[in-house]
Amino acid sequence: MAGVKIYGKPISTCTARVLLCLEEVGAEYQLVSINMPSGEHKGPAHLARNPFGQIPALEDGDLVLFESRAISKYVLRKYKESGTDLLKEGNLAESAMVEVWLEAESQQYNPAISPIVWQSLIVPKMYGGTPDQAIIDSSLEKLKKVLEVYEARLSKSKYLAGNFFSLADLSHFPFTRYLMITPYASVFESYPHVKAWWEDITSRPAFKKVSAGMLDS
Amino acid sequence: MASVTVYGTPLSPAVSRVLACLFEKDVDFKLAPVDMAKGQHKSPDFLKLQPFGQVPAFQDELTTVFESRAICKYICNNYPEKGNQTLMGGRDGDLLAQTSVDQWLEAEGQSFNPPSSALVFQLAFAPMFGFKQDPAAIEQNEAKLANVLDVYDRRLGESKFLAGDDFTLADLAHLPNGHILVSKNEDLFMSRKNVGRWWEEISARPAWKKVVEMQNAPQG
Repeated sequence: MAGVKIYGKPISTCTARVLLCLEEVGAEYQLVSINMPSGEHKGPAHLARNPFGQIPALEDGDLVLFESRAISKYVLRKYKESGTDLLKEGNLAESAMVEVWLEAESQQYNPAISPIVWQSLIVPKMYGGTPDQAIIDSSLEKLKKVLEVYEARLSKSKYLAGNFFSLADLSHFPFTRYLMITPYASVFESYPHVKAWWEDITSRPAFKKVSAGMLDS
Repeated sequence: MASVTVYGTPLSPAVSRVLACLFEKDVDFKLAPVDMAKGQHKSPDFLKLQPFGQVPAFQDELTTVFESRAICKYICNNYPEKGNQTLMGGRDGDLLAQTSVDQWLEAEGQSFNPPSSALVFQLAFAPMFGFKQDPAAIEQNEAKLANVLDVYDRRLGESKFLAGDDFTLADLAHLPNGHILVSKNEDLFMSRKNVGRWWEEISARPAWKKVVEMQNAPQG
């Protein structure tokens, strides 16, 4: 099967989400770098792939896709013969739980964690700006409330959607990986089951490989 | 007899998203009210259904589901023979059609939802519950939403609905916030030719009209 092309950067959180899926299924792919500082993502060539001017985008023959969680599902379905089933679409109850916790990542976890990463890491490092501590502090409070729910869930269930690793768990990786290199990593210490879950999923070979392409400080 | 229960009030945008899907799919359901004013959504019983303490929650014979977009997908998957057959992009597991729905549903969830929800809060819920409006938040979110709607306008100039030729979950997901925003400032949508055309079509669907009737009925 011919490989897919991903337009993005390995240090980008949303690109990393897609790369993780490709690594989990063992797919061949080509990563085409998009030069963000020069504004390439807002130029006509990239806007034709992603009309919101964001990364990543996927090209597979004539198919062009954007939105990392949608691209992730496409990759996982395309390569489902690989033996790695992170969607459980053959089982109604299990696939429902994958969708639930993927939406929880999307609508509860991500809005709480991404401003912390953005302000404390991306703003100073990529833009030379000053972190907005008020945003970080209010986001931390939101994140703690979310982590309380996750702690309760992961006390009863090995992974978020059930006793199986799924796209729902995977989707949490990129921003959490970056939280761990900020001063706010210690927030996870108060949630032992969440911490254990994090250590488990980050021990996967796919995670180690994608993590190596991301920022270390 | 309905084995499906939806917990929440039709006035909640997320609840109304699920109701729209149930009506599209002709799936009978019972609506179980959740008294948010009395804090019922934070009660231990309700937290068993929805651990974040939010509405909606959904229960049928097979399972309990939360997060409105996940509930909508579950309804489509668990009741495939009923009602609208193309909400998830067509029949027979057409991967490309399903992927297009996923993409535009993500666009709704990641790009349309944040600014539109902020505006819905400022323009509708803040006055309703006696909170002070924040003009800066209104201005910022209107600007963000305008950029999103510009992208939509180009897309809807090439495609009848967001994901393709058929009305799908990707369009449906926009109905709750769209409905409130258009009632407060119809210019946002209607000044854009293709968005306006699309909005008139999707909001005229009988399933959505039933949801609006439920919203307008006296809430008991």
